[in-house]
Amino acid sequence: MIGERASRSRRVTGDARTLLVVAVIAVGGGLGSMARYLLAISLPSAPPHFPWATFATNVSGCFALGLLMVFVLDVWPPRRYIRPFLGIGVLGGYTTFSSVTVETIRLAPGTAVAYALGTLAACLVAVWCGMTAARFAARVPLRRGRAGREAG
Amino acid sequence: MTFLLVFLGGAVGAPARYLLDRFIQRRHDSVFPWGTLSVNIIGSFVLGFVTGIQPPGVISALVGTGFCGGLTTFSTFGFETVRLLEEGSVRAAALNALGSLALGILFALGGYGFAVHLV
Repeated sequence: MIGERASRSRRVTGDARTLLVVAVIAVGGGLGSMARYLLAISLPSAPPHFPWATFATNVSGCFALGLLMVFVLDVWPPRRYIRPFLGIGVLGGYTTFSSVTVETIRLAPGTAVAYALGTLAACLVAVWCGMTAARFAARVPLRRGRAGREAG
Repeated sequence: MTFLLVFLGGAVGAPARYLLDRFIQRRHDSVFPWGTLSVNIIGSFVLGFVTGIQPPGVISALVGTGFCGGLTTFSTFGFETVRLLEEGSVRAAALNALGSLALGILFALGGYGFAVHLV
């Protein structure tokens, strides 16, 4: 009975934790979406023209996520709300896949292919650049730390 | 006002993505990011539909820019693809990248066509 009560209270704590994570993602997603909208209204483009605002949003968001994930997974100590807020929330809400596909179907065939494949290629390169930059930046103090410990 | 609607839509779309992704990823053992693929094609269909019915600006900001933009993600899609590449799963990475894009475009066309011809 005690075990049953303990497992029930653990489940409640787990649910409360999930609810908090969901709330943090909601706030981040709202903020990221607002940032995307801000960029869209400052770089307006209608269907026949290349959607530069969406392109810039996705490429910058991919670079930022590459950067963030290296710090979250390899550098910083585990923290419960950083990845949900910044990664899943802010950057997930900031970048958009649906705008890319819907803009693609409304462009002339040549521009559509250039836009879809160009976004894909630029975003993959941006993620890689972000990860590489973070690894380069983070490796310096890590190496120094290890060397220091070895020297000591 | 529009900013608030976009915020609200994104604040619903992003947690929906998280919960749907978690639901799907728990139901298979492979490394393939089925969860992100699913939210991206669902969001493409919904945004295609919303674009097709040409709703008033309020709905477009709330459901199109906010919800669909928050539900779908290019950053996680890009990160998962690069991670598959780094792990040496080149075929899975290529399949995820080109498959997501092709399916997303098809679903966007489907949603748009559905709105224009059938609604």
